[in-house]
Amino acid sequence: MADFFSNTYLGIALVLIGQVLLVVVPLLVALAFLMYADRKVWAAVQMRRGPNVVGIYGLLQSFADFLKYMVKEVVFPAGADRFVFLLAPMITLVMSLIAWAVIPFNDGWVVSNINVAILYVFAISSLEVYGVIMGGWASNSKYPFLGSLRSAAQMISYEVSIGLIIIGVIISTGSMNLTDIVHAQDGRFGLFSWYWLPHLPMLFLFFISALAETNRPPFDLPEAESELVAGYQVEYSSTPFLLFMIGELTAVVLMCALTTLLFFGGWLSPIPGLPDGVLWMIAKMLFVFFMFAMVKAITPRYRYDQLMRLGWKIFLPMSLVWVVFVAFAARFDWFWGAFARWG
Amino acid sequence: MEELLREYLPILVFLAVAVGLGLVLILAAVVLAVRNPDPEKVSAYECGFNAFDDARMKFDVRFYLVSILFIIFDLEIAMLFPWAVGFADLSDVAFWGMMVFLGILTAGFAYEWKKGALEWE
Repeated sequence: MADFFSNTYLGIALVLIGQVLLVVVPLLVALAFLMYADRKVWAAVQMRRGPNVVGIYGLLQSFADFLKYMVKEVVFPAGADRFVFLLAPMITLVMSLIAWAVIPFNDGWVVSNINVAILYVFAISSLEVYGVIMGGWASNSKYPFLGSLRSAAQMISYEVSIGLIIIGVIISTGSMNLTDIVHAQDGRFGLFSWYWLPHLPMLFLFFISALAETNRPPFDLPEAESELVAGYQVEYSSTPFLLFMIGELTAVVLMCALTTLLFFGGWLSPIPGLPDGVLWMIAKMLFVFFMFAMVKAITPRYRYDQLMRLGWKIFLPMSLVWVVFVAFAARFDWFWGAFARWG
Repeated sequence: MEELLREYLPILVFLAVAVGLGLVLILAAVVLAVRNPDPEKVSAYECGFNAFDDARMKFDVRFYLVSILFIIFDLEIAMLFPWAVGFADLSDVAFWGMMVFLGILTAGFAYEWKKGALEWE
């Protein structure tokens, strides 16, 4: 039996598909409840009750929404490029899902343990912008077109600072493998050994850039409903719209996972002596997601010129200076080796 | 080769599963849902007005400028990646060489800023 699974092509393929489903299925089920949690947090801040009809405390709300999307009509706008129109949500979904192939949930719990993991995630999340551009262009409608232009410019602006922040973490670790990055944060001081302490300014920059990169409020300019209605999604309905929604939320949760892995020590336990494990990873991701939901509830939306100014004139210089600072600190062993964890 | 395959095959399988999931969801709506288009329903949404002209119109050149700036800085980051991975074993030349490179890039960035390429009004 073990021979079948490790030596025949069919056996290996079955094992791989099993591993992939083991990531995708819990992820999608979790998304349904995260969507619900997001709305509940938002409602609680605004003193509303939020979804509370479907199931106990409205827990099944997302599943009801899912069924509703499935039986709605797919409307193709006049003059739309039908192929690109359907390709766009596919790209958004596929790109945000396959980035999870390299995310470790525990020591060794990773579908594909490649050496260039963080570069792969960075590359895949860059490709996500194509879903937005294609969706806006294919709709042949003005709001989607303007929304997709804004969104593309916004996503690429903040990607630059995300890239530089990641460089800082790589200098400290000496590896692009996410498992190595987590191991480098394992130290005697529990949660004070993690990268959030030495890289504290970059934690804030990364979190805010992640908000902009995933088009979350307060940076939801592509779908600023008072100006552009719903941005690039205006002409979408039914499951193509659902794919956009799933893709966006998956990207948000991916950013939660990345923040956890890069700055909060992944599956490491915060207190020395307690066992490490996947539960820590999930707890930290939920904490970061809660912060995402809170930001959505308590901050007013940015204006577009403010957004671009923040990205290019504040975040880019800051992260550039930080890369140089980390490089010097790591090379000349400042701060008792806090920035050089490879030795 | 064997090693490479073992590391990257799961990503291909992941891609296939993700594409399959997306196709199933889109096809489900095509099969399950009614299709009942009429001219008003399929017309482009413009807050109740009829669309004035084609939506694939000219747009502001600043979006183009931003994407060029992005390419410059993304290339720089692409060059930093291998330098950062091998940081522990860098010679002095490699370390200071990259610092000089970053300095030149910063000078270019300051020039762009001065020229107003980063202004949105």
